[in-house]
Amino acid sequence: MSKKETKNNIQHRVLEKTPTGISGLDEITGGGLPKGRPTLVCGGAGCGKTLLSTEFIVKGAAEFNEPGVFMAFEETADELATNVASLGFDLQKLQKENRLRIDHVQIERNQIEETGAYDLEGLFIRLNYAIDSIGAKRVVLDTIENLFAGLTNIAILRAELRRLFHWLKEKGVTAIITAESGDGKLTRHGLEEYVSDCVILLDHRIIDQVSTRRMRIVKYRGSIHGTNEYPFLIDENGLSVLPVTSLNLEKNASSERIPTGIKALDGMLGGKGFYKGSSILVSGTAGTGKTSIAAHFANQACNDGRRCLYFAFEESPRQIIRNMKSIGMQFGRHIDGGLLKFYASRPTLYGLEMHLVTIHKLIREFKPEVVVLDPITNLITVGVLSDVKSMLIRLIDFLQNEGITVMFTALALNTVVGDQTDEGISSLVDTWLLVRDIESNGERNRGLYIIKSRGMKHSNQVREFVITDNGLDLVDVYLGPQGILTGSAREAQQITERTGVALHDYEVDAKDREIGRRRKVLEAKVLSLQSEFESAEEELNKIYLQEELKKQVSEKARQEMLRLRRGERGEEPTVEPKKKSNE
Amino acid sequence: MTIAATELNWDEDDQLYVLRLYVAGTSPNSVRAVSNIKRICKNHLKDNYDLEIVDVYQQLEKAGEDQLIALPLLVKKAPGQVRRLVGDMSDEEKVLKGLGVY
Repeated sequence: MSKKETKNNIQHRVLEKTPTGISGLDEITGGGLPKGRPTLVCGGAGCGKTLLSTEFIVKGAAEFNEPGVFMAFEETADELATNVASLGFDLQKLQKENRLRIDHVQIERNQIEETGAYDLEGLFIRLNYAIDSIGAKRVVLDTIENLFAGLTNIAILRAELRRLFHWLKEKGVTAIITAESGDGKLTRHGLEEYVSDCVILLDHRIIDQVSTRRMRIVKYRGSIHGTNEYPFLIDENGLSVLPVTSLNLEKNASSERIPTGIKALDGMLGGKGFYKGSSILVSGTAGTGKTSIAAHFANQACNDGRRCLYFAFEESPRQIIRNMKSIGMQFGRHIDGGLLKFYASRPTLYGLEMHLVTIHKLIREFKPEVVVLDPITNLITVGVLSDVKSMLIRLIDFLQNEGITVMFTALALNTVVGDQTDEGISSLVDTWLLVRDIESNGERNRGLYIIKSRGMKHSNQVREFVITDNGLDLVDVYLGPQGILTGSAREAQQITERTGVALHDYEVDAKDREIGRRRKVLEAKVLSLQSEFESAEEELNKIYLQEELKKQVSEKARQEMLRLRRGERGEEPTVEPKKKSNE
Repeated sequence: MTIAATELNWDEDDQLYVLRLYVAGTSPNSVRAVSNIKRICKNHLKDNYDLEIVDVYQQLEKAGEDQLIALPLLVKKAPGQVRRLVGDMSDEEKVLKGLGVY
């Protein structure tokens, strides 16, 4: 039994939270503001306190089905409605539907005479009435410090405010109390003494003429929360906070490859291209074709049906589309097809953090698979190097968590390779391509090589990189006896080589023909010799036959003679002499 | 800015004071305020006043109407400009100044 009880107690003690509905804020607070408790939002003038609290109320009423009461000490209900209408909040409608109640509290010192002891019971009654009439779960008091301007008895005010916050807690509403900061304190009148559960500080800072809004959770009792200063953005959709996630290195690694759009470059990268979800840096001096490489990559991604988001910090989208048309890329088609989206802004438009927030927001909205930032170098103009580096670390971290492949281009100011660190991010990227000028024989040519590419076999060769009407191509540089040849020198060398080959071929042909002729001559000779031999042989045979015949005849004659001498008569003795005479 | 003489009622002695006192139930401040204002009216305004005492708890919708914040609150609707006096009315001098009696 006792075990069960303690278990229950622990469950009860876990702090419940009320989601604000403000993108990013719920993430850094781990779920929202403490439920049923007051939260103090403080900051200087114009830092977004009213907007934050309005969004809290409106989102609560519209999205979380938690009606809210907005007690405005500064603006009237109409002013408030007009101010937030531009953000797409329809306060009138919510009021009609009894999901929102705006109560404007007006205090003017010159109308008020203090004539003795008093309390703020009137405020309590009004608030109570408003809360009960719509069953509100959320309350905003903006800015309660205005009471100090209207009433002079600080002792009474302090006591009453303490009572108010206590009362809000008892009432069980989640409240935001806004207060102006000043005099080096969180709030001018020390409200942080009373609201001890959650304090959020908003800040609007100008550094080098560039403004950045930041938010920090000063304290959040009973909950883990992010402690950093988080940049936030106010735009047409309201407020959005960028949760700078702790830089954990736990992202997934995909072994899927994504082609670069340049065949020969794929070949240099082990034949398949970049890893999906990796980061690629293309750096080089001015005019080396970094944007063209990036555009090829984007174009290829779109051709493969991947969504691509292109951040242009230097050229306008139209300019890029026109320029890339000249090398055979039709970006207009991809834009119409919804695969490609350009976002162009001047880096100096706002601070780095703001850029980061904007990039985050656009990525969340468009959900691309490929992101191009061209170029990141220009961001240096709005921040110091270390800031840019930390921004890029966070950006790469975010993109890799989302599994998005990103290509940065960077302008390298110095051409000495060893010294290049390119905003110090070269150690962060997975693949680093360097485009260089190779200057010789009075001309400038582009050479491309891969400085690094994690996790793949990649070429160590310098390739000459040519821009043609049909896009980019890489050519092997000519490594001859005179050293590396590029551009027209390479062409010349190739022509010389081609000529050499033709001459050689011709010579070989001539020799072949000569051999044929010789063979014919010799064969003819062989034939005549053979016939000579045959006639000689015939002659010899003839003599031989004659000899044989002679022998036979003389033998016969001798036999005849012998017979005659013996006195024998031959059968035909007369014939033989005739024959003899005939011969 | 010119203010019409009739509105200010400078020369009329028998001007009627229209007063409304908001109190919160029977809190000590409220009780004190009621007794103080009654005494002041009796002593300084003779019968020339119309005092309405509103218990805010009983009439919640009136709370927004008159911009109630601090209680007790005395609103002087006439004569002259609307004046708002907060507190338990123990500082008689200030009350009279606020009402424009002096």
